[in-house]
Amino acid sequence: MAQRLVWLLRLPRIITAALLGATLAVCGTVLQMIFRNPIVEPGFLGVSQGAAFGAAVAILWLGGGRLTVELSASLFALLGLAGSFILARTIKFGGWVLRLILSGIVVSALFSSGLGVLKYLADPLTQLQEITFWLLGGLWSVTWKDLLYVAPVVMIGLLVVYLMRWRLNVLALGQDTAFSLGAETNRERLVLLIAAVSATAVLTALSGIVGWIGLIVPQITRQLFGPSGQFAVPGSMLIGAIFGVVCDNLARTLLAGEIPLGILTSLIGALLFVVIINRSRIKLR
Amino acid sequence: MSGPMISLKNIQFHYDPGKTILNDLSLSVEKGSITAILGPNGTGKTTLLHTILGLLAPQSGEIWVAGKSIRAYKRSELSQVIALVPQSEVVPFNFTVIEYVLLGRTPQLGFLDMPSAADVDLVRGTLKLLEVNHLEHRAVTELSGGEQQMVVLARALVQEPQVLLLDEPTSHLDLSNKGRLLKILQTLAQQGVTIVFSTHDPDAAAMIADHVILLKAGAVLDAGLIFQVLTSAKLTETYGTEVKVVSIDGRLVTLLINGRFNEKEKVS
Repeated sequence: MAQRLVWLLRLPRIITAALLGATLAVCGTVLQMIFRNPIVEPGFLGVSQGAAFGAAVAILWLGGGRLTVELSASLFALLGLAGSFILARTIKFGGWVLRLILSGIVVSALFSSGLGVLKYLADPLTQLQEITFWLLGGLWSVTWKDLLYVAPVVMIGLLVVYLMRWRLNVLALGQDTAFSLGAETNRERLVLLIAAVSATAVLTALSGIVGWIGLIVPQITRQLFGPSGQFAVPGSMLIGAIFGVVCDNLARTLLAGEIPLGILTSLIGALLFVVIINRSRIKLR
Repeated sequence: MSGPMISLKNIQFHYDPGKTILNDLSLSVEKGSITAILGPNGTGKTTLLHTILGLLAPQSGEIWVAGKSIRAYKRSELSQVIALVPQSEVVPFNFTVIEYVLLGRTPQLGFLDMPSAADVDLVRGTLKLLEVNHLEHRAVTELSGGEQQMVVLARALVQEPQVLLLDEPTSHLDLSNKGRLLKILQTLAQQGVTIVFSTHDPDAAAMIADHVILLKAGAVLDAGLIFQVLTSAKLTETYGTEVKVVSIDGRLVTLLINGRFNEKEKVS
């Protein structure tokens, strides 16, 4: 019985928590290096808000089944990314990175206002609660089936980033230097972004919004292993996985009832961030 | 010296159709030579270097490097031939000198390869050659301007390029570092590396360049051997202010004639 419990309930949840932590952390590392900015995180580029909007759409109009919510959240997260890219191409000023960040802010704001409308329309006794609960984030009902749905995209995404970890260093240099070192800068950035953000999108669809891991873990990793992607990428995977599992375990066991994971990661992440910015040499340029 | 290492024919480049940056520009650079590009601010020196690098594609004209049109090169191939030392390099995060210089080995690595112990040895050797090996574990962001310039040069050198482009390499350097850097460039040219650098400092050109290209408004005003081009009349025409070129111990030195205010002209 105990074995069955561990196998059916605990193990898929632990693996998902580890994958979620690793993916959010590695996505943060990718975004921070590509955008050459230590305070960028996966919430940029319309991904998180897109996923939230997609989940709300599924809860409101598509019956709210678990798989439907996950699919809809993934789809809208990727739409958020695509929307940010398309919009960035239409902006006529600034470099590619600035245009992409501006577009991400616009797309996030659009999804956020759309989510507001959906919350307004939702039935306050059933649907609104469900949307709110999803937004808080958690892994309480993850099954092997859920994990198997997301695993291929996540594993491919992580593998691509891991294999391209040296290229990430080159892309972190300025455009002219990266070009002179033979990088196909726009194409390589696109591959890395799609790999990292797709993995994040499908996991976010499963877990709800889990913030701060993508911001804080890359910072910790750089302090421990240095900034080179050669070590920062596997390092952030490892530390992110540990962070994910520890937070999920705390969420499960700290109080009698389960604390939504998103609340806990935000609390721990924000506190750690204060410690890090006061102790480290984060330089914003 | 054999055939031209770099050759540009009728290059036309603009960012906006109405504003031509490079206008019907043609030039050729011999293998193993040192060429200085001189010209006023905004005349297209950096644009010209970026065009040779392949970073900017001209609207018309042809660029040949090492006997091959740059359009025939793959990106990775071209980076094995040409290296760039940009005007300023903002290194993000706290990359150490050795981590940063190792990135220069990228063109020689396979797409997904990591640098090997041999690459690290080469980097250490280059840092030693440039006398900055003691900085190996320092963060690039913490170095002085002169140290940083040497480290950026090291990063370009470990690419083992045939052509080295430098965008105003001496602009942040004191006299001693300037002399040291120019000496290194001269040694590299003697080893067969073709060097092209832009500069605001005609004296830096006079110290090491074999050839000078004078640019004005995106076109070549004059180009040729240094003693033919670096003259008072031509520099005065290029910069639009009176410049005198004198020879001291066989070397050309430039003087800006209205460069020193007398007491009456001083702003109180």
